[in-house]
Amino acid sequence: MRKKAFRPDVDAPEWRGRYAPYDIIKEGTIALVVVAILTVALAVVFSSPDEKAITIKTWSNADPIDFAQTAVSELNGTSGVAGYGAPYNHGGPAQGWGFLSPAKWVGVHIDIHTANDFVLDPLKAQPAQPALTAALARWTSASSTTQSAWANAYGNADAKMTFTNQRVNVPTTSAGPVPVLINDLTMMARSGALDQALVTQNGFYTTNYTKPLLFLSDGSYLANLADKQHLGGDQWGMMNETGSWPGQAWLWLYTFWYQVPPYNTSASGDFLVWGTMMILTAILIFVPFIPGLRSIPRRLKIYRVIWREHYAEHES
Amino acid sequence: MTNTEIERQWTSRLRRGVVAKLPPDKLLPDTQPAYVASWIYVFGVTTMAALAIVIATGCVLALGGPQWWHTTWLGHFVNSLHLWSVEIFFFAMVIHLWGKFSMAAWRGGRSLTWVTGAVTFLVSILTAFTGYVSQTNFDSQWIATQAKDGINSTGGGAFFNVLNLGQMLMWHIVLLPIGAVLLTVLHVVMVRIKGVVPPISESAEVTS
Repeated sequence: MRKKAFRPDVDAPEWRGRYAPYDIIKEGTIALVVVAILTVALAVVFSSPDEKAITIKTWSNADPIDFAQTAVSELNGTSGVAGYGAPYNHGGPAQGWGFLSPAKWVGVHIDIHTANDFVLDPLKAQPAQPALTAALARWTSASSTTQSAWANAYGNADAKMTFTNQRVNVPTTSAGPVPVLINDLTMMARSGALDQALVTQNGFYTTNYTKPLLFLSDGSYLANLADKQHLGGDQWGMMNETGSWPGQAWLWLYTFWYQVPPYNTSASGDFLVWGTMMILTAILIFVPFIPGLRSIPRRLKIYRVIWREHYAEHES
Repeated sequence: MTNTEIERQWTSRLRRGVVAKLPPDKLLPDTQPAYVASWIYVFGVTTMAALAIVIATGCVLALGGPQWWHTTWLGHFVNSLHLWSVEIFFFAMVIHLWGKFSMAAWRGGRSLTWVTGAVTFLVSILTAFTGYVSQTNFDSQWIATQAKDGINSTGGGAFFNVLNLGQMLMWHIVLLPIGAVLLTVLHVVMVRIKGVVPPISESAEVTS
């Protein structure tokens, strides 16, 4: 039989020493009871957060100008979602690093055309209103060049947008039907009808909120509320929770990368963070097979604290 | 049927294999080596106890449906139990993980035990994440809209759409818990087969 040299980071000696009584069922039962009591105590004392979901109705009533400006950006294709790229559309470059761009390789799978999905289709679902019907007809029959010119004229002036007398007002006369479209969409949103229109585009039953969430994420309202709850990406938001409750603290390392360059300055920051975390995760999983790393516990010597009784007995 | 035929049955072979690998006294031991004497050993069983409560409270939440907890005090209380058992679960699991790292617990042919534990940790993170985006409140709205960018950048967002409540809820209450529980069972069985790793030794020898 061939003898191999003992590798202290890989091999373990067979235990030939003393055994002590151990009641595994009793230990498990005690653990269950203790954790159950602790859980109940924490739930009674601290409860849990439940900040009500916002709707497009609440957004457009609380900040109609932010809503209307976002709607314009969806119409003229300048919003974040319109220029996102895969998996939603071809509007922008996918994140990547060098030749690595898996989002681009996978392509568009959740087709989002912001002008149609967020503005025009919901308006077309509205009950017949002469001014709106005429505006939609004018928009639809215009060339894409003319549509862009109208939307851009409106977009260029929307910094001076006001909301008075239940109307969205923008000082421009060269925006064609866009003022009617944006005003009517804002009214539709304020009534709650847009929330419904965005989730029912796939039929009666739905559990898919991709469209309304993407629309919400393009505005400033959702992000402002999140910042007030210290949930922003630059506020370690991924591991935070609304209020003072603990969140996903186990995501601390993932969140950490978003606080430091180049991750928080790169246009492909998300991809870099995920790439880094995938490498670190692989290292964690395969640490028993990585020379050097698997020696760290022996060099740190924390094990001598854990097994202090054993070493005291055997080294005395 | 002859004895030989019975011994050749798949069922007989499986039973013999299982009993040989994991005899009852290994599966449910009544003694442990004397070196198993530290508080660090408590955190493995604490993790499993918390997992049991997470699953139990999640099952109660499932009885009322995904929005029940917003509208009743009982639902909210069960949600609080679910949240805090998850916090205890991860607290115990992380200490268990670093404790086992400090013991180099992969030694002595226990590499796969480490691997299944680490993968269970990752599956648990994903399970918790899909729970957070299934809360149907402001928190879930914000987390989903932020998390989509990371997942989309990997190409995974085309198939794992965090903005799709139905998909996330199914992953949270069916697919990922099944994965987490199966991995946990596998991990515990491996621990029982191989036993608790002995203290680090510099000089012992093994033969092959």
